[in-house]
Amino acid sequence: MPGNNSGDNGKGLAPGQPTSGEMTPIEHAEHQARGGVAAGRARQGMFGVRGSGDTSGYGGLALPEYVPAPAQRPYGGGFDELTDELLDAMRERGVSAEAIQQVTVDRGEITYYVRREYLVALCRTLRDDPALRFELCSSVSGVDYGTEVSQRLHVVYHLTSMTYRRRIRLEVAVDVGDAHVPSVVEIYPTADWHERETWDMFGVIFEGHPALTRILMPDDWDGHPQRKDYPLGGIPVEYKGAEIPPPDERRAYS
Amino acid sequence: MARKRRGNAKPTNSGPAHTVASGTTDTTTDGGAPDPYAATARETTEGKVYTVTGGDWDGLLEDWRHDERIVVNMGPQHPSTHGVLRLVLELEGEVVTQARSVIGYLHTGIEKNCEYRTWTQGVTFVTRADYLSPLFSETAYCLATEKLLGITAPRRAQVIRVLLMEINRIGSHLVAIATGGMELGALTGMTAGFREREEVLHLLEFLTGLRMNHAFIRPGGVAQDLPEGYDARIRDFLKVMKSRLPDIDKLLTGQPIWKQRMQNVGYLPLDGCMQLGVTGPILRSAGLEWDLRKVEPYCGYEEYDFEVPTSTDADCYARYRLRLEEMNQSLKIVAQCLDKLEPGPVMVEDAKIAWPARLSIGGDGMGNSLEHVRKIMGQSMESLIHHFKLVTEGFAVPPGQVYTVVESPRGELGFHMVSDGGTRPLRVHLREPSFVNLQSMPAMCEGGLVADVIAAVASIDPVMGGVDR
Repeated sequence: MPGNNSGDNGKGLAPGQPTSGEMTPIEHAEHQARGGVAAGRARQGMFGVRGSGDTSGYGGLALPEYVPAPAQRPYGGGFDELTDELLDAMRERGVSAEAIQQVTVDRGEITYYVRREYLVALCRTLRDDPALRFELCSSVSGVDYGTEVSQRLHVVYHLTSMTYRRRIRLEVAVDVGDAHVPSVVEIYPTADWHERETWDMFGVIFEGHPALTRILMPDDWDGHPQRKDYPLGGIPVEYKGAEIPPPDERRAYS
Repeated sequence: MARKRRGNAKPTNSGPAHTVASGTTDTTTDGGAPDPYAATARETTEGKVYTVTGGDWDGLLEDWRHDERIVVNMGPQHPSTHGVLRLVLELEGEVVTQARSVIGYLHTGIEKNCEYRTWTQGVTFVTRADYLSPLFSETAYCLATEKLLGITAPRRAQVIRVLLMEINRIGSHLVAIATGGMELGALTGMTAGFREREEVLHLLEFLTGLRMNHAFIRPGGVAQDLPEGYDARIRDFLKVMKSRLPDIDKLLTGQPIWKQRMQNVGYLPLDGCMQLGVTGPILRSAGLEWDLRKVEPYCGYEEYDFEVPTSTDADCYARYRLRLEEMNQSLKIVAQCLDKLEPGPVMVEDAKIAWPARLSIGGDGMGNSLEHVRKIMGQSMESLIHHFKLVTEGFAVPPGQVYTVVESPRGELGFHMVSDGGTRPLRVHLREPSFVNLQSMPAMCEGGLVADVIAAVASIDPVMGGVDR
């Protein structure tokens, strides 16, 4: 990984902290068995070559799907106090501790993976509790981790506490076949357009949204363009006898 | 009304042609034949549908006299809606009872496109999102990429970024004031604003090579060092702006019409801002001193001496005043950047990330420098392979996700970037302040007059490239 260690400007991780992507295969299997979150596709081979006579041996390379490692206490960076306060507030308000599926600290940012049933209650707690005060919902967006990943659609909430000047990330993972997430518009009215965009681009249905309609694409559009399996379109172009395939059929170097 | 006008304005001996022209709802003329030009109406499931042929408004309004509810569609091609923004206004007389904005007319799929390019190429896409403040998108994108990589750009690159961003902020605010002036009919404000912005664009062209869509800031630093003679050029620019910004102040700030159009218009108090996620000058006009340059410094902003102007009026006029003052503060920061620029590298040393070629101007425009081409084509096969791999495949970024923010002229510009370990981003999401702030339009406009909608939208200053991405 180029340049990974070439400079830590203080924004990065404190030494000794677990980074993501450092799991052994055994830990990985355990994590999956516990119902942990997956956030990246498995890879095989190189350069996207499939089915050709591969003599290089690179075709045999295999990487398991990436999973963000659950953080171990102490988290550092003030995240321990924050998490304690959050757990206290949840207890006070009767939100089950089950709400938080996993906590990940990576690159100086904390992510709470949340079970969707508890999302609204958790957001209300985060906004209203005097020790948390996440008044501003900066952003709501979706991520599609690709067709091979279980629970591939993630909805990501970035919350900001202007009072305490800190940011957190909430993440809800759902299956494509059951892409329902409760809407947080009643708590953060700003989420209105964000959720419409996430519906438009990823097809996540936000239950309880006042008017979940397309926002960027035309009203009669089919499909959700930012899903990874959405066809890119394009037609093969013939040039001097050779055929250049459309973009989604070209060889990819990633 | 129609009858009265006809009686007063037309001589009694006017012919049947005049009767038709002055508009009547009768479908027959004096002669008894059907009038081919008269408005017709037919009942549909959606209500009565009228065919209006011109000159027959009075007859049409006859039916609606008791109810002045009109739905007006403004835009997307309207000179006063600040770009391809469509407003659907429901009016009761001149009062707006409901306002909705319709967006998406400039959606170009920048976020999706970034998923199919290398991390370096992504810069050229995000710079086209908010086209009035491209350098902010570039910086935020690069900061996010650098955070994913775990690297920091060298100090000189950081200072150059701050320098470019602040010059860009002046240009962006000038357009905000200029187009806002144009939309309210202050055309001198427009010409003055765009003239000053031209100075900004000339300077940016000199510094980066392009007037807009620079793609100058790259992951790991900036594309190349500033050209020779930059110091004198920037100092000249500062001198010019210091003399001209007060002119705009003199032209508009105290002007009674300008004040009447803006004061107590587009009111959005602090609680409204927080709920609607509004940031930037609108939030500061409501009284909260929230500027990410101060509260979450990046690119070394903590070293610069500047102030964050605020107001508690929460109206369009306050936002105008804040933008004006922010430009003066930006000039202050630019001057400090010049003193902080010390010789040094402008790109990380890591050859696995930094672009291998130095750019230079050749006979056919900017491209790889001749020395570099000579090296890879004639001397070093390794260099050629390295160049090829880095340019076509790009560099791999360790998996994970980050969210970085910068204070753009319009507010919090955030980038949520996800890597799956590949050479292309898995997801790039722009948290565009224009997109979020535009949601506050109904809150500012409903209950006000239709003319104030224009002032309110101008004070939000949405850039549709950023809204639709």
